[in-house]
Amino acid sequence: MWVVLALVPESAWSAKIGDVAEESSLGQQAFRFLSFRDPSVRYAVIGSVMLGISCGLLGCFIVVRKMALVGDTLSHAVLPGVALGFLCSGVSASGLFDWSFEVANITKNPALIFCGAVVAGVAGTFLVNTLKQTTKIKEDSALGLTLASFFAVGICLLTMIQGLETGNKSGIDKFMFGQAAAIGEDDIRLMLGVTLLIVAVVFLFYKELLVTSFDAGFARSIALPSQWIHHGLMLLVAFAVVIALQAVGVVLVSAMLITPAAAAYLLTDRMHRMLFLAVGFGVVSGVLGAFISFLKPNIPTGPCMVLGASAVFAVAFFGGPRHGVLTRWWRHVSRSKRVQRENTLKALFQVLERRDAQPEESVSLKELAERRRETLDDVSGQASALKQHGLVTLHEEGNKILFTPSGWQLACTIVRNHRLWELYLTNEANIAPDHVHDDAEQIEHVLGDDVVRELERMLDDTTRDPHGRAIPGFADIHKPFAPSAPGPSGYGRS
Amino acid sequence: MADTPATNGVNFPLEIHDLTAGYHKKPVLWGIDLQVPKGKLVGIVGPNGAGKSTLIKAIMGLVPPSSGWVKIFGKPYNENRRRVGYVPQRESVDWDFPVTVMDVVMMGRYGHVGWFKRPNKADREIARDCLDKVKMLPFAKRQISNLSGGQQQRVFLARALAQESDIYFMDEPFAGVDAATETAIIALLHELREKGKTLLVVHHDLPTARNYFDQLLLLNMRVVAYGETEEVFTYDLLQKTYGGRLTILSEVADAVGQRAK
Repeated sequence: MWVVLALVPESAWSAKIGDVAEESSLGQQAFRFLSFRDPSVRYAVIGSVMLGISCGLLGCFIVVRKMALVGDTLSHAVLPGVALGFLCSGVSASGLFDWSFEVANITKNPALIFCGAVVAGVAGTFLVNTLKQTTKIKEDSALGLTLASFFAVGICLLTMIQGLETGNKSGIDKFMFGQAAAIGEDDIRLMLGVTLLIVAVVFLFYKELLVTSFDAGFARSIALPSQWIHHGLMLLVAFAVVIALQAVGVVLVSAMLITPAAAAYLLTDRMHRMLFLAVGFGVVSGVLGAFISFLKPNIPTGPCMVLGASAVFAVAFFGGPRHGVLTRWWRHVSRSKRVQRENTLKALFQVLERRDAQPEESVSLKELAERRRETLDDVSGQASALKQHGLVTLHEEGNKILFTPSGWQLACTIVRNHRLWELYLTNEANIAPDHVHDDAEQIEHVLGDDVVRELERMLDDTTRDPHGRAIPGFADIHKPFAPSAPGPSGYGRS
Repeated sequence: MADTPATNGVNFPLEIHDLTAGYHKKPVLWGIDLQVPKGKLVGIVGPNGAGKSTLIKAIMGLVPPSSGWVKIFGKPYNENRRRVGYVPQRESVDWDFPVTVMDVVMMGRYGHVGWFKRPNKADREIARDCLDKVKMLPFAKRQISNLSGGQQQRVFLARALAQESDIYFMDEPFAGVDAATETAIIALLHELREKGKTLLVVHHDLPTARNYFDQLLLLNMRVVAYGETEEVFTYDLLQKTYGGRLTILSEVADAVGQRAK
């Protein structure tokens, strides 16, 4: 088979994407890129999609098994194998013991490189395991040691090959940082085969992979060969790394394994969704990287793809619907605004309570400021926030505040929550009455209806709080509300 | 096998003969002999480092034995593995793993489903029933990291129930759970025993061990005593179990471990 592959003319893969990108405008170039007219563009895109799929799928299992460092080590450990596979293409055998090596014969033979890389990857993994089991060196050190030493050997070999007569024009220099444009037809065939294999394995062995990843002990108790599944997974990772090498390069290939999967991990709580998301992210960042490398052929593809993947991760990190930093920040801000509104409502309620007044009566801005111990400016801002939410109306140029029915109900509920909680703490939890106020200040905003009902059931008498003030009850909350006092409708100072 | 003792045609749910097992060739358990009859709730107690978890793991082949054999209903473990249910220690897994409560319980069906196949509707029904039995059905769609310790333990129990086994091994199911869960678990264990299941439970709390279990296995690197709780739960035997590690046995174990390196 390798002979057949070697017969494919070199020009099929050596054409640079950039060579055909002469159009000036970005739109034209994008159109040309997407029209797939040029074979090299086609190869680059198809290749990026494949590596996105295979790296995304396997990356998920690497992330949930906490093997990111293993993936990194494996991806660096394949480099000497790549170089050796490259050198082997110069070996020709005319008889069983009649081997000859011709520098001039050296070509980039994907199948040989693939085999060499997989062998090196397996050797690296074996070294890590041996170090771990026979010495007291722990896994992280064993990984670091293997990564560095294999990588060093690989770089020496690569430099040596580049010094050979055929070295430079064979494209092996692209293995460090990747060049999607260097993907040829042979590479595509190999990538397709490996990707199909990975998809098939993940599909067929999904439940075995899931249970061994989650609970290896349990998996072994139902007689699943956890060890073999682990080795099989590592072999597939080695495959994925090798097919991604041409496009992403040795240095960054582990990022394509880890970053899309990590972004997906942030966004979902289900393994199968994580797999789909990671594949999507991997494909998007892969194609993005190939496109940028199409526009600017002198930029290596690997960093572009990884930048794309990192951008996706950043979006997930900041904007994720549940755990995103910005989302959490926004939730925090809106909650503290709500707490502030509720506190202002409570202050209005207390002003009226102290005056022994009816809910329809107005509260002046000055009274509110005194109650809140804040400046007039502060409380007028708070009052207009209440108005915006339809909880109060403002009159006499914003100096008089009147409850709306919904505002009154909410105020009663907050005060009721506060005083019920104080009562609960003093009666049921035996906490001194002068210790309970600060706690209730926090709790009043988070008590849900069912907890309040629970409190009501537990407390016998819910008419007075521990400080002797009345607890607003159902009758207060649903007091028939006379229409608010006539007058010019107020405006808020915002 | 030549050294199989005659069992009068009766296959014990669990039969262990001269089992020695440990980690990195350093033995933790020495010459364990055990025959557990059907329908018993057996507590495994002993001090830290006595090899309680190791015994369970050795029975299931998670720790390779250096000598001796284990039989489940008269056959080697692998041939009867579908009749075995396992509850590992709660701390042994990552609870941030992206699966729901239901997904975890479904794993209990995997041993019955077989390679290449997906669990079907009947499996899902069984998993739902098991979740209901531990009162965790309302949590079925929750991601597992949102659970309390007691709830996590119930999920593990539901997974073991879903295995529909005849003999269960449970590693510290009472560790770090609330009182309500502890009561619920013990009720469930009794219910399983009534159905003729055999249960071996690693337990760390002596005072409750006396009330919870039919039989006790007092373990300290070897079997100190095994029998009905009221017969075994005596001052002398407990003293023998907990009265310090057996110095000579642990020294020899160290020496064996050294030589293996």
